[in-house]
Amino acid sequence: MDRVPILKLGRTLLVSIQIDLQDATALALQEDLSERIVATGARGVLIDISAVEIVDSFIGRMLSTIAAVSRVLDAETVVVGMRPAVAITLVELGLSLGGVRTALDVEKGLKLLAAAVETEPDELAGEAD
Amino acid sequence: MAEFGSEHLSETIDLRQADILARWVEAVAASSRGRITHSELTAELTPILEAIVAALGSGGRRTDGAGFAEVRALLAELSRSRARQGFSPTETATSVFALKQSILDSGASSTSTERLVEYLNLSRLLDELALFTFETYAEARDRIISQQAEEMLELSTPVVKLWQGIVAVPLVGTLDSARTQVVTEKLLQTLVDTGSEHAIIDITGVPAVDTQVAQHLLKTVVAARLMGADCIISGIRPQIAQTIVALGIEFGDIATKATLADALVLALRKSGVTRLDAAEAQ
Repeated sequence: MDRVPILKLGRTLLVSIQIDLQDATALALQEDLSERIVATGARGVLIDISAVEIVDSFIGRMLSTIAAVSRVLDAETVVVGMRPAVAITLVELGLSLGGVRTALDVEKGLKLLAAAVETEPDELAGEAD
Repeated sequence: MAEFGSEHLSETIDLRQADILARWVEAVAASSRGRITHSELTAELTPILEAIVAALGSGGRRTDGAGFAEVRALLAELSRSRARQGFSPTETATSVFALKQSILDSGASSTSTERLVEYLNLSRLLDELALFTFETYAEARDRIISQQAEEMLELSTPVVKLWQGIVAVPLVGTLDSARTQVVTEKLLQTLVDTGSEHAIIDITGVPAVDTQVAQHLLKTVVAARLMGADCIISGIRPQIAQTIVALGIEFGDIATKATLADALVLALRKSGVTRLDAAEAQ
């Protein structure tokens, strides 16, 4: 079975999905990712789906679940590079991926994550004063 | 049934072809009310008459047979050009019907019973050809209409770039599912192509907003969000705002603005561009 590689980039985990996801692969990714978040103490998860051409309701729900699991583990999830056709399909399926942040490409996604994570040290500093 | 084969009549028509053609051109020209010149008509009708004579000469009795293939091709061309030039269906069909009268007038058929039967047979053939012309005409018109609808669809959905990272779609006309789909696809593709993070959907030109149109708009906005872009809906006229509230449509956390200018200011602020007022700039 194919496994999707999870790359660590600073305090962010980068997942680039380059294959058409099977249900089993998606479930494995979900498990691997939650383990890696705990192991690395990552604060952000970036999922690049620019190569994904076909989605179904299961994959759509998986993205939501990953985001929800990550949030419980205190990591923000950003889904980047969704193709127009995929976006239209998800909307037609009635999945709006509530709670998942999105960005046009990896660069903008990283910027978004940096902005989301950056605010926290300031808050701590504020409390220390 | 060979006794009323078309040989005799077709021979006579062949002999008087020039006379018949002249009469035919005259009759069609009269019905076209000066939109086509005599010389144009002669150029158009000569090959048709020749093809009919040839088809009759070869013993063709059925207009859908191989003998009439050339006649059909010529008539199809004629009716297509008539449809494009905006002739009415009657005027187009008359082009063929006029041939009957021309043959009668030219004296090709005498009053003998045998000739009368021949003439009736020919008349039936020409009726079929006229019907065929009419059908091709309708087909051509349908094609023109669907082509125009397609062009309208393309024309009516431009996506314009307003600023670095900001695109706008000015919607004009009624929104239906087919059009919304084109708009959505085009907008999303433009977001990818230009790397824009902000999109403004301007509905100033949309005459009415009902629940269905609102549903379409919401879908477009959600799809854009899934791709990582932010959508603002602008150009909401007072009556439309009242309709939206009366219908109980919820736009949720989607930003809405009264004018495109307000939406642009909001988009600029969101993308981190600071605005200098004219006074400050000086």
